Amino acid sequence: MPTKFTRRQALVLPAGIALGSLAGRAAMAAEPVKIGLVAALSGASAKSGEGITRGLTIAIDEINAKGGVLGGRMLELVRRDDESNPVKGQTAARELIDKEGVAILFGGIDSPVSLAIVPVANAAQVPFMGVWAAATNITRNGANPNFIFRVSAVDVLVDRALMKYATTKFGAKTPGLMLVNNGWGESNLAGLTAAAEAAGIKLAGAEKFDDKDADMTPQLQRLRDAGADTVILVGNAAPGAQVIKSLQRSAWTVPIVSHWGISGGRFPELAGSWAGKVHFIQTYSFFGPQNDVGKQVLAALMKKYPDIKGPGDVTPPVGVANAYDAMQLTALAMAKAGSTEGAKLREGFLAIESYQGLIKNYTKPFTDANHDALNENDYVMVRYNGDQIEPVTG
Amino acid sequence: MLATALVSGLSLGSIYGLIALGFTLTFAVSGTVNFAQGSSVMLGAVVCHALAVGLHWPMVAAVPVALLACAVWGLVVERIAVRPFVARGTNSWLMATVALGILLDNVVMVLFGKEPRALPSSLADDPWVIGNIGIFPLQVVVPLVGLGLALLVHLGMHRTELGLKLRAAVENPDAARLMSIDVTLLIALTYAAAALLAGIGGILIAPVYNVAYDMGTLFGIKAFAVAILGGLTNPWGVVIAGLGYGLVEACATTWLGSGSTQIVTFSAVIAALVLAPSGLFGRRTRVRV
Repeated sequence: MPTKFTRRQALVLPAGIALGSLAGRAAMAAEPVKIGLVAALSGASAKSGEGITRGLTIAIDEINAKGGVLGGRMLELVRRDDESNPVKGQTAARELIDKEGVAILFGGIDSPVSLAIVPVANAAQVPFMGVWAAATNITRNGANPNFIFRVSAVDVLVDRALMKYATTKFGAKTPGLMLVNNGWGESNLAGLTAAAEAAGIKLAGAEKFDDKDADMTPQLQRLRDAGADTVILVGNAAPGAQVIKSLQRSAWTVPIVSHWGISGGRFPELAGSWAGKVHFIQTYSFFGPQNDVGKQVLAALMKKYPDIKGPGDVTPPVGVANAYDAMQLTALAMAKAGSTEGAKLREGFLAIESYQGLIKNYTKPFTDANHDALNENDYVMVRYNGDQIEPVTG
Repeated sequence: MLATALVSGLSLGSIYGLIALGFTLTFAVSGTVNFAQGSSVMLGAVVCHALAVGLHWPMVAAVPVALLACAVWGLVVERIAVRPFVARGTNSWLMATVALGILLDNVVMVLFGKEPRALPSSLADDPWVIGNIGIFPLQVVVPLVGLGLALLVHLGMHRTELGLKLRAAVENPDAARLMSIDVTLLIALTYAAAALLAGIGGILIAPVYNVAYDMGTLFGIKAFAVAILGGLTNPWGVVIAGLGYGLVEACATTWLGSGSTQIVTFSAVIAALVLAPSGLFGRRTRVRV
């Protein structure tokens, strides 16, 4: 027997279907966009992971407060601890892509971990955004299409900047290199050697150390005997501190210029009274006059994190600043792409025209030929004063 | 360069020797060793840090308590990971001590955290400078403590009643039992002493290195190599082997570069063992049939 609708039912039913459809769309619109982070959240570089988390969180809070992305979808940060271990990092990246369905992966301080994730991200066609690890071949990896982007320093450029600083600030003529014995150290050995050649100076030597080495005085003595007049250091906080303690033990008062890995952990505590002698690179300092974004981010950080009372408490500033700008650029890329689908999001990054960020005013930050948004003009030299990181003055 | 290599080598080498002495003690008395010896190094340093830095105890109070913790840990290892397996006549204590060490490392990781911490010491802040060679006072203290403890172990074994009992237990455990010597207790005490020696090593190295839940792993491995090299049963041999190991390590880095350190050092260990299978100072065991 055919079903007969009353007049009321005939009116209510389409209205119900329409309402149900709207509710469904609202539910879809409310589905969050997951942002993955694989970084060192524990271990010797735990502070780097905390800094990156804070930068991302401040940006995400800001974006969500303005209504989210893609017509009202909120951003949600999903973090995994790589423990500075490439295998763990790669596993975490796969899990975030396959299980959590993240739209993009952010990386941490360790270049070996990022280098392990690069092929995974490219194969899955999910963008990977580096916000700290600086190995040159993270972005310049030969993949086509390349899904790897970075808002951070690039070793080859940092190396030029470090060499320039050593020669101009300390009058270095024969700098010696102290490099961590891993892929990041190798990347910088190539970069610093090229930078020395370009500057027309000769290196006194290049020495390597392992993360767990208890005494680096033999390596330093080799550099000293070879006539090193400056030491350029590439390593993370704990082994970097061992280099400084070994320098102190040797009573060798040589100028020390460092890559930024030392700012990712408890360097001032571990290095002791000589920590302030090290001049190192950052992409941003919260000290001094700030642009509007800087003022706003610092205020937001102080409001959200009670331990931040002023610019000196934003440690490490590089992690916070790079992550903040990278997240804002990601939101712009999503808007350009109109989607969170990997291939479209990649195109979205390449389509960004300009963005007034924390670190600088970005103009065409990413192109087919260049996936690095920062360059040597964006670096500042800093040093520790107690636990705080301050720009080098004078 | 030679002076730097000597200072660095002797300082680290005496730490290796100190830790390796623990292997010697337990092996001599029971024929077993504590493969969690590296964890004892870490435990000494971590407990000392927790008390001295965390709770602001003076060092004179923090150090004895940290060493007591190590001794108790040694007793636990012997009771849980060695005695039951030896009683059943299996060699599973090998794996059991490794497992217990990993367990302790991970418990400390949860309680202490994964971040390395500093243990400041006035003996490792202001170096003495002679020419262009610098040396922390602690680096002089470390070899002295190492040699002093080796002497103490030697005297203890040869000049005390306890030492006499220990040597009796080593020579013939069954006969020692018949003479009312509590061999089980003696073995437990050597495990406590071995962990205590490792704890001293951990506390001594902490100010020039740092304190971390995984700091003992590498020291434990190197100390075992030193113990084998020294001949396992000979305390003086082990201490000399420790100093030798440290010197080879430092000299390899100084003259051949850091890339060669492990290659040269472990090649030297293998070569030495090929030439002297019982260790450089060990006694060849004769089996009578």
